[in-house]
Amino acid sequence: MNKKNIMVLLGGILFGFGLAYSEMTKQEIVLSFLQLKDLGLIFVLGGAAAVTFITINIIAKYLKAPLLGGDFKPRLLPMSRNVIIGAVIFGIGWGLSGQCPGSAVASLGTGNLPVILGIAAMFIGAYLWGFLDSRNRSE
Amino acid sequence: MFPLGIEPYLIGGIIIGIGVSIVYLTTGLHATQSSFFTTTLSWFSKRIHFQKERNIKERNWRVVLATGLIIGALIHTLTLSPTGFWTTSVQLWRLVLGGLLVGFGTRLSRGCTSGHGISGLASRSKTSLYAVLVFMGVAIVTANIVQLLGISP
Repeated sequence: MNKKNIMVLLGGILFGFGLAYSEMTKQEIVLSFLQLKDLGLIFVLGGAAAVTFITINIIAKYLKAPLLGGDFKPRLLPMSRNVIIGAVIFGIGWGLSGQCPGSAVASLGTGNLPVILGIAAMFIGAYLWGFLDSRNRSE
Repeated sequence: MFPLGIEPYLIGGIIIGIGVSIVYLTTGLHATQSSFFTTTLSWFSKRIHFQKERNIKERNWRVVLATGLIIGALIHTLTLSPTGFWTTSVQLWRLVLGGLLVGFGTRLSRGCTSGHGISGLASRSKTSLYAVLVFMGVAIVTANIVQLLGISP
């Protein structure tokens, strides 16, 4: 494995550990946030975003370039109708199942086997959008 | 408001942020999750959406990232977890139907809780801020409707 992938693996391990530590790998806990019974998820997202905010806006500026080469590019996407329609569809799925992509994948590491079906469904959903988008592009 | 306290949530969130930061500071990559589905499908589908150069370029490290997520959660389960191995009791139809919508919606929106929620907000992206407000609001409404309909678990 090259150096880049070793760092991605290390970061991913911390990411997955943090998701499990904060109970986000449990769909019931995520649903109890969405039902406004336990607002802890705000601190997970807020804590992760705050640390990453410091990284992107302060530490990266000081470093100038990534340690293994390449460029720093903040994650900026243009606004479009699809961003919002997609967010609505994602919100319905998240509210129905308590699963989001990262927490569902990490959940496999806690032995949560039923989520395999949820992840398989996410692949099918992603495929469906790709299928429609490919058809639009070729027309 | 916080039956389990805020400590596990805040510390877990900070650990997630450190993981995302390590990846960014060493490689410049954003450790976000929903693109994993699209880039992985590029091995299996010849359609142009999946065969974009970017998807081919990113597909290896995104599998590595997903593997890391699983290993990290496994390490927690075997060490600090108070409950150990755990299985959800949320009904399967909810996992499957929800998963379909999550897969479709996050790719249409070009981001999920990590892409828009962590990396997007941290990048001060207005697009991501609006996306987060929309998916969180819709999810809260949906989860409450599901509860009102008496669907549990």
